[in-house]
Amino acid sequence: MLNLDDIIRILSEVDEIELEGVSIEAQELIMELKQGLAYIPVAKHAKKEKVEKKKEKLKYERKIREYTGSIQEVQIGATRKEGGTRDYVIKIGGQTTLYPYEGGYKNRPVVSFDVFDIPQPQFPKVLREIWSEVWHDPVAWAEKALEYGADLITIHLVSTDPHIKDTSPREAAKTVEELLQQIKAPIIIGGSGNPEKDPKVFEKVAEVAEGELCLIASANFDLDYKKVAQVAIKYKHNVLSWTSLDINDQKSLNKLLFEEGLPRNRLVQDPTTAALGYGLEYTYSIIQRIKQNALKGDSELQNPISCGVTNAWGARESWMKTPEWGAREYRGPLWETVNALAVLFAGADIMMMLHPLAVKTVKMVITSIFEKVNPSREVKYEDWIKI
Amino acid sequence: MARISPLEVYKLLPGINCKKCGADTCMAFASQLIERKKKVEDCTVLFEEDKYKEKREKLIELLTPPIKEVVIGDGLKVGGEEVLYRHELTFFNPTALFIDISDDMSDEEIEERVRRINKFKIERVGQELKLDGIAIRCKTNDEVRFGEVVLKVVENSKMPIALCSFNPEIIEVGLGIAINRRPLIYAATRNNWKKFAELAKNYNCPLVVYEEDIEKMSDLVQDIEEYGVSDIILDFGTYPQGEPLARAIENMISARRAAIEDGFKPLGKPILGNATVAWLVESDPIKASHLESSLAASLMLNYADIIFMHTLETWAILPLLTLRQNIYTDPRVPIQVEPGLYAIGKPNESSPVLVTTNFALTYYTVASDVEAGKVDAYILVLDTEGLAVEPALAGAKFTASLVKEHLEKFKVDEKVNHKTIIIPGMAARLSGEIEDITGWRVLVGPIDSSRIPKFIEEKWKKNGKA
Ligand code: B12
Ligand code: SF4
Repeated sequence: MLNLDDIIRILSEVDEIELEGVSIEAQELIMELKQGLAYIPVAKHAKKEKVEKKKEKLKYERKIREYTGSIQEVQIGATRKEGGTRDYVIKIGGQTTLYPYEGGYKNRPVVSFDVFDIPQPQFPKVLREIWSEVWHDPVAWAEKALEYGADLITIHLVSTDPHIKDTSPREAAKTVEELLQQIKAPIIIGGSGNPEKDPKVFEKVAEVAEGELCLIASANFDLDYKKVAQVAIKYKHNVLSWTSLDINDQKSLNKLLFEEGLPRNRLVQDPTTAALGYGLEYTYSIIQRIKQNALKGDSELQNPISCGVTNAWGARESWMKTPEWGAREYRGPLWETVNALAVLFAGADIMMMLHPLAVKTVKMVITSIFEKVNPSREVKYEDWIKI
Repeated sequence: MARISPLEVYKLLPGINCKKCGADTCMAFASQLIERKKKVEDCTVLFEEDKYKEKREKLIELLTPPIKEVVIGDGLKVGGEEVLYRHELTFFNPTALFIDISDDMSDEEIEERVRRINKFKIERVGQELKLDGIAIRCKTNDEVRFGEVVLKVVENSKMPIALCSFNPEIIEVGLGIAINRRPLIYAATRNNWKKFAELAKNYNCPLVVYEEDIEKMSDLVQDIEEYGVSDIILDFGTYPQGEPLARAIENMISARRAAIEDGFKPLGKPILGNATVAWLVESDPIKASHLESSLAASLMLNYADIIFMHTLETWAILPLLTLRQNIYTDPRVPIQVEPGLYAIGKPNESSPVLVTTNFALTYYTVASDVEAGKVDAYILVLDTEGLAVEPALAGAKFTASLVKEHLEKFKVDEKVNHKTIIIPGMAARLSGEIEDITGWRVLVGPIDSSRIPKFIEEKWKKNGKA
């Protein structure tokens, strides 16, 4: 038995309705037809009349997709119990589905701040303003980065380059040792990019950091990648396998590193991040292809992905004073943010970044999408019309 | 869903290889149809003879993309996509950016805003990056004012427009004024949809449907289609942060996957994302613009075919337009320029000749640096198949013999009275070989083209001339 209010409510929600065996009990039936209800079939069809049948609607159901492969879970940093000295560790990867909403994401993507072992006066102005007061001291730099929300830190030992300062492996190792003593976050260790020097530097550094499960960046085809793998195995670290925008190269380098004896869960891959406006589309598609192939079962690609989003600062649009492009102090951080979002949605697990505002925004998106946190402020969508 | 094969298409063509479509064979035409380089109508034979009626209809059905293409205004196409990931083919219709105008702005403010939207233009790698439309929102809830504002916009801009209000009476006033502009109507909801559907039908305009629940969206869209509206755009609602933002993006991805992977037609529609919501949580214009642009990027990366925005700051829009340019670049062909000899400024016979590649980004970077440095020069553009200097070198697409070929083909020796070329610093290792096989002297230029003006000043002017 329905009362009139119910009937009106139902009628307002449907298009047409078929009423069978209905009798309306009312002393006096007064219906006020609101404008919103364009068509109320009651009067016409109150008797046992058949209304034209509606076309069957297709029902939407969210499909569960099957994935045969999964991504390795990689741990960066080791606690005291595990043989290191970190206060906390970072776990990345471990996905069993392509999208977080499909339920296969144990770990959210993370952000690492770049820290250098010597001052970086060539930085764009907006970055100099933030980092110059700490860039004489990697520890101070790292501490400030952690305050800005870094999940972990990447120390780039650029001074070891023979063309820069030719810092010895021993001295570089001291920098890393000190960093490990002073900060409690897991770290990524980068060389200078000099193919002769890097393996030597990594060897010493890996030794002093033994057991800390750092990520050594990187093993690549330009240098003695076997040696990098060996020191990582010996002193218990992870390896970053870096290639340049070529999925087949990435596969073969990963494979070679595994053949060297590197455990499957100790490799992170970096297919190169070309900057926004400077080839980003190649990076974007390669990351998507790596993730998809990995989940389809390609075992040489089933590792988390790291992206050097900092490359965004190589694009002129991020730093050049060009009035037609608008204020560069706002443009630069946004350039890095958008670059990071592109790789994030493509499937990156680690994003190496430099500007605190870019990091803040990207972390907001990460906690939204991957952790579904409650919004700090509730809004009503329809209100956009009244902004 | 697997893409259609040329054979499937071929079977529905006349098969007489008459070449009227411009292709050599029906089979070649079939491939071009799939690549969307040709339209069904190009095979006139199919339309002339009645016996092809059935084939023609089947062919059109077969070639209709899983995401319907909707036209706003007199030619802005949105949707029409065939794949989920650009590497599977390419994306076709770049996300359209609509900037808002509110009817509570003053007339001067509106005119100024419209003017800025109209003329917004940034050149990047030879392409003009522009905005696509104007979304007029009724904040006053006053139909008279709304009508005035729509009129003002229509008079001052040729851009496609969207009329935004949840009140159908207000929309109807706008439609009356902008009817010959085929505006986008925003928005039908589960409560008001009949009136909106009626308007969309009567005025033959595309209609946005706003519904946050994807199952209800699917039902609602089918009701509206059955009512007779065919051009529908989905708005799942956008939120500035947290779980609601995740839900919106989840729905966008799910809708696209359902349509493309499972052929689920009701959700095979263009999607609207709305970044203006940033202004609901940030009142500082700089912070709001930064957040808005970041949201817009997130939406664009997750299938938004149209995005509404409020900011007009170039610094906030440039990264987005660049992202769009990147993501919508056809992966089958990098953006290229024609190989040849280009004049920058007013070069004469003693001007320098700079050698570079035909990757658009490379060429335009070099050309703009030369121009900015007020250098008069020739640029010899090599056909490296669209590769930048380093990839071309690494892939053996930039070689000494290629330089020789181009020097001859474009008769560089007739343009200048010297025999010296400047090559990119990156290509230094080719200098000896180029000298050997061409007989031209080679100067190795700087690594980065921004230092070309200084290089010309210091190295060319002093000892460049042969
Ligand atoms: C995007 C990219 C690609 C794209 C190519 C896109 C394209 N259309 O060119 C793809 C994915 C196809 C690609 C492929 C390859 N790439 Co690649 N790629 C890059 C990347 C990320 C950016 C290149 C770019 O667009 N630069 C921007 C343009 C504007 O730079 P440019 O053309 O050099 O122009 C500058 C200067 O040369 C100079 N300049 C230009 N013209 C002139 C003229 C004069 C007169 C002067 C003075 C100066 C000058 O000024 C310009 C502005 O600074 C670089 C890494 C990097 N960040 O540089 C690697 C890089 C160039 N690639 C590399 C390699 C090895 C390759 C491959 C061989 C292997 C592979 N990964 O597949 C292939 C080769 C190509 C092939 N066989 O098809 C290496 C090259 C190593 C080396 N030094 O030899 C690099 C450096 C990556 C790395 N660090 O390992 N690549
Ligand atoms: S016009 Fe039609 S029939 Fe003639 S070649 Fe082209 S596809 Fe074949």
